[in-house]
Amino acid sequence: MPGGFAHDPLPGSLLRIEDLGLADISEILALASELESEDPLRRAFRLAKRRVALLFYESSTRTRTSFELAAKALGADTTLISSKSSSIEKGESLKDTGLTLRALGAEAIILRNSFSGAPWLLERATGLPVLNAGDGMHQHPSQALLDLRTMLRVLRGGTTDITEDLLEGVTITICGDILHSRVARSNALLLPRLGARVLLCGPAQLLPEIAASLGEGIAIERDLDRALAQSDVVMMLRIQAERLAGLHIDLEAYRTGFQLNEDRMEKYPALWLMHPGPMIRGLEIADAAADGPRSLIEEQVRHGLAVRMALVARALGAGSLQ
Amino acid sequence: MSEATSVANGAPVEAWLLQGGRLVDPSTATDMPQDLLLVAGQVLAVADPGTLSAAAAEHGAATLDCAGLIVAPGLIDIHVHLREPGQTWKETIASGTRAAAAGGFTTVVAMPNTVPVIDTPAWASWLQAPERGAAISVLPMAAATVGSMGETLTDYAALRAAGAVGVTDDGKPIGVAGVGDRIMRDALELAARCGLPVSQHAEDTRMTRGASMNAGALAFRMGLRGMSVESERSLVERDIALVRQVSRSLAGEGFTPHLHVQHISTRDALELVRGAKQEGLHVTCEVMPHHFALNESALAGYNTFAKMNPPLRSEADRLAMLEGLLDGTVDCIATDHAPHAAFEKEQEFEKAPNGITGLETALGLSLRILHGEHGMPLAKVLALLSWAPAQLLALAGRGTLAAGARADVVVFDPAATWHFNARAALSKSKNSPFDGWAMQGRVRWTLCGGQIVFEQGPA
Repeated sequence: MPGGFAHDPLPGSLLRIEDLGLADISEILALASELESEDPLRRAFRLAKRRVALLFYESSTRTRTSFELAAKALGADTTLISSKSSSIEKGESLKDTGLTLRALGAEAIILRNSFSGAPWLLERATGLPVLNAGDGMHQHPSQALLDLRTMLRVLRGGTTDITEDLLEGVTITICGDILHSRVARSNALLLPRLGARVLLCGPAQLLPEIAASLGEGIAIERDLDRALAQSDVVMMLRIQAERLAGLHIDLEAYRTGFQLNEDRMEKYPALWLMHPGPMIRGLEIADAAADGPRSLIEEQVRHGLAVRMALVARALGAGSLQ
Repeated sequence: MSEATSVANGAPVEAWLLQGGRLVDPSTATDMPQDLLLVAGQVLAVADPGTLSAAAAEHGAATLDCAGLIVAPGLIDIHVHLREPGQTWKETIASGTRAAAAGGFTTVVAMPNTVPVIDTPAWASWLQAPERGAAISVLPMAAATVGSMGETLTDYAALRAAGAVGVTDDGKPIGVAGVGDRIMRDALELAARCGLPVSQHAEDTRMTRGASMNAGALAFRMGLRGMSVESERSLVERDIALVRQVSRSLAGEGFTPHLHVQHISTRDALELVRGAKQEGLHVTCEVMPHHFALNESALAGYNTFAKMNPPLRSEADRLAMLEGLLDGTVDCIATDHAPHAAFEKEQEFEKAPNGITGLETALGLSLRILHGEHGMPLAKVLALLSWAPAQLLALAGRGTLAAGARADVVVFDPAATWHFNARAALSKSKNSPFDGWAMQGRVRWTLCGGQIVFEQGPA
């Protein structure tokens, strides 16, 4: 039975993590390392004066800034359009905004949008490579890549050689508001492909049973301590107040059950801590954990810059190693 | 494609002899070579091949050579959105009925969710006025409550007198928002007294806020909020319970309430309808071609042409729709033809409106899938598209080619396959997920009231 219309991504686009093969990921991580260590002046010739647009319909600190700095580090001209202070406020559609950016010479668009699937619409409308910088509750694929790079640094000596058994024996717990999290979906769909086991943890309201059906290698463990006892890495997620749509969460019970605090960090002495940000300190994470020696949170941000340099270079066809 | 040549040279042709075809008329269990003589908008005679020549000559009938073709009652779609009044950039009565004629339809039932809502006899009459330029018959289904706001019943007797064939608040389930169950019970009771069905959009909207596709694993993966099977099942269950109550309370007076479940999409809801029928309640349902042709996987790439309400469901639900069609639980096929302009569908998936066009693909998909792939007899497929909906809404003289019936006929080549080209569609809107799909059975002529309203040459 025929399905929907063809949706093979354009070369250079990154709409969802499943569209990358393991060889593609190896290539992206290797390029990230090369660009990271390259002489900045030389690096700035890679995309000198080429045009990259950032189109952001939701607020962002890390993703927007790191994509922008990544493009600039390669010498590209960047422009930022945010939904406030642009014609989007006057009712201009995503399609027309994309066509306008293309007419202004953009060769790739980095899109953050509150609607799942918006990058497909933009790619179809413009024919330009699109980098999905977060679409609704769906995915945030560059986050999954930077999280992987962070994990590989602490667990696998920073290898960029991605194989299907690279993370065999590794367990990663993702804890919090899984239902609304594009980061959770992206990571849960990537890590098991490298042999890792993913445990999803959270209360039923924020973690429906159906989440376990995302793919192979994913299980639900609602008891955070039981999950952490099996885990090498924990990724904490904030509760996405802006997407709760009427759900009421008992925050006191949430803190007791699901906060990563000092006690839990002490109880599991080999556990690495990650968080995609923004953190809500005092809710899903306590100061002692966030600021402690096994927190990789700032390192994640640094890996984000490197990975996004590679993705921007790839989007503009400058992705081959030199 | 060309249209309506029968009035091209001034006076309309008054009589047609449809000669040499295979006449399939489910209403009379006819399936054999028969000639058909149409005079003054009615079926004058059905008789063995070659025996109507004298009668045809007497009436000055023009001949249509139907050799190798099926001659059948014009198709009837009891669920379409023609968007007029109020949203004529999507469709008009004129454009929508031309699309219908191209699809072999001669009668369509227009839903009342226009702007304004069709909730008065005056609007029901307006819809049927010659000024609308309809190519085929348009029958109104009127709003069940004033403004479809779910609070006050409309005047069913007066609406019926103005031509309404049923009541519905399509898109807005009756008795969910507003005053609750009581209004649905009242609607069933009043409609029963007036001899009208209550046609219900079965969705408990309290469970589907912000949802844009079928609930389940795929919705979770796509990051979209889902409409659960339960949201359809529970409202059908509630409505059947109300039908049971009202049936009892009206039994002494000789009235029977009729609940028609629109665009049923889930196995669970269909099971309830099956049970209600066995119980002897007057409960009917319709299935849309997209619900037996597609499942939720058609949403790949966030295809807004696969977005409708009720949504495309799981493969198990799709197979249950096929089973219900084959075993007779499903009463008829309707399209829910829901045209939307390109700019409306070219939006983020959750922002895009629900609905797809359906009038020009219903016959081709039904013949291909039901007859071609699942072995349903041709006569049964045609019954689901003509005689069955005519009976369901008690449309006298329609859906049949018995002598004295309206001269509403579709003539098609059952063997011809063709590919649907949405851009060439006669509907003003092109929002179809079936663009490029192979279709079986190509319409050659559609006659409505004895006039050719659509014709195209052989493939």
